[in-house]
Amino acid sequence: MSALLAVLRRELAAYLVTPVAYVFIVIFLALAGAFTFYLGDFYSRGQADLTPFFTYLPWLFLVLVPAVAMRLWAEERRSGTLELLLTLPIGRGAAMLGKFLAAWAFIALALALTFPLWLTVNYLGHPDNGAILAAYCGSLLMAGALLAIGTGLSAATRSQVVAFILTEMVGLGYLLAGHRLVQGLVQGWLPPGVADALAGFSFIDHYEAIARGVLNADDIAFFVLTIVCWLGAGVLLLELTETG
Amino acid sequence: MIEAENLSRRYGGMLVVDALNLRVRAGEVVGLLGPNGAGKTTSLRMLAGFLAPSGGRARIGGHDVERRPHAARCALGYLPEGAPSYGEMSVLGFLQFVARVRRLSGERRRSRLDAVIQQLELDDVLALPIETLSKGYRRRVGLAQAILHDPPVLILDEPTDGLDPNQKHAARALIRGLAHDRAILISTHLLEEVPAVCSRVAVIARGRLLADATPAELERRSRYHGAVSFSARGAGPARAAISLLPGVDTVEVDAPGGRVTVFPKPGRAILAEVQGILAAQRVEVSEFALERGRLDDVFRRLTADPAEAA
Repeated sequence: MSALLAVLRRELAAYLVTPVAYVFIVIFLALAGAFTFYLGDFYSRGQADLTPFFTYLPWLFLVLVPAVAMRLWAEERRSGTLELLLTLPIGRGAAMLGKFLAAWAFIALALALTFPLWLTVNYLGHPDNGAILAAYCGSLLMAGALLAIGTGLSAATRSQVVAFILTEMVGLGYLLAGHRLVQGLVQGWLPPGVADALAGFSFIDHYEAIARGVLNADDIAFFVLTIVCWLGAGVLLLELTETG
Repeated sequence: MIEAENLSRRYGGMLVVDALNLRVRAGEVVGLLGPNGAGKTTSLRMLAGFLAPSGGRARIGGHDVERRPHAARCALGYLPEGAPSYGEMSVLGFLQFVARVRRLSGERRRSRLDAVIQQLELDDVLALPIETLSKGYRRRVGLAQAILHDPPVLILDEPTDGLDPNQKHAARALIRGLAHDRAILISTHLLEEVPAVCSRVAVIARGRLLADATPAELERRSRYHGAVSFSARGAGPARAAISLLPGVDTVEVDAPGGRVTVFPKPGRAILAEVQGILAAQRVEVSEFALERGRLDDVFRRLTADPAEAA
C-alpha cells in the first residue's frame, strides 16, 4: 500500500512540475467554456442548468484524456526507468493502480476547476444541484474509463504518440458504440444480440443516464468494471512486452 | 546470495543466454565479464526479475525470483544498465521516492538517506533535477538508489561506466567496502576493473559461461604467465643465448619499444636463467619484469575462439 502511494505521489508531482499540466488545465477550461457558451447556446436556451456543458464534455475528454494517459508507461519504457520501477518491491498491479489514480486525481482537479460554471447557473437561477452533482460524478467515471484505456495501452509501447492514437481510436469506439453510425454499420452483418451487446458498451448511454441525475448502480458498475478490465489488460501487456 | 541455475533466454529463435550457472556468496564480488552483446545485461535482468527466463531458475537471497518476487526484490539492490532515473525529479526527491517504495520510514529512512548521500558525495546536487546532472552524477545517483536499503545482495550493471578516473577509483573502493558481508555481482567490459574490485570473474560470450575463476587463476592461463620481459640496448647476442635455454619456448621482440619477452615452456620457471645470461653478457638492462599474466590476453582467447573455450 505504501509503495502504491509512493508511486501515486511521484506521478502527481510529475504532472505538476511540468508545464504540460498547466497547458492542459488552461486548454480544458477554455474549451469547456467555449463549448458551453457558443456551441451549447448556454444563454439563449434560457434554462438554469449545465446540460450544454455536460453534453460536450465526453468529446472534450476524448481529445484530452489520452494526452494525460499517454506518458504514464510509454515514458518509463523510453527512458529505461521501467526496469528500475519493476525491480523495486512493488507489484505490477499496484504500480498500475498508483499511476492511474494519480492521473485520475489530476483530471478530477481539472474538472473541479469548472466550478465557475456551477456558480454561474446558481447565480442565474435555481438549478437542480443534485442532478449537477450526479452529472459531475458521471463525468469523472467516464473520464476514469477513458483514462484506464489510455493507461493500459500506454503499457504496450515506448512511443507516447502511438499510445495517444491507440487510445483515441478505442475511446472513439466506446463513445460511438451505441450511435446509429456504428449500429447502422454492424446491424447488417452482426446477429442482433451482438449488435445490442455492443451498444451496451456505449460510454455515452451510460454517461447520459447518470447525467440525467440518476446514479444507477448498473451504470456505475459498468464504468468501474471497464476501468478494472483495462488496467488488468495493462498489467498483462507489461508482462508480455517486458523487454523495455 | 545470488544463484543462477541453467538460466536461459531466447529472443525469437536466438539463444541470448545459454544455460548460465553462477553462484555468488556473501563476501564475494563477482565480475561478469564479456564483450558487448555477450548476454551480460540479459543475464542480470533475469536475475533481477525484470526479464522472465526462457528456462532455468534465478534465486536472490534464497528466494526464487519468479515464485517469490517480492521477497527477492526486497533483498536486492539493482543498478540497471545506463543507470535510469526520473529526469524531472530532484536527486533528493528521487531517493525519497525509492525509500518510500522500499518502505523505509522514520529514523531509518533519514539515517540511510544521509548515509548514501555522504557515501556517494551527492550533497552538492541534492536539489537539482537529475536531467541537468552530468553522466557521472547520474551513475552515482543510480548507485545510491541501489544501496539505499542496505541490501544483502547487489547487482550492478556497469557501475563505473561514465565516471572519470577519480570517480571510478572512489566507486570501486565503495564496492569493495560494501563487499564484506554482501553478495555482489557487477558486469563490466573493463578489464582493469577485475583485479581492482572482483574476487572472482565469470567470463561469458555468446551467452555461454566460458570461465569462472579468481583473477589470479585467469592470469595463470595467460601465455604471459611466468614470462620474463626486459628492455635493453644491444641485447642481440643475449637474445640468441636465451632462446637456447631448455625452459624457454619462444622469444618475441616488440618492434616499437625493442622490448623483449621470453615465454617459458608450460610449468617452467625461467627467471633466474634469463637473469644469469643477461648478467654474464653484461647487457645494460633498463627494465626487467616477471609477468603475472595478462587478462586481456586470456579474455581475447576465451571470447574470440570457440574451440579454445571447450
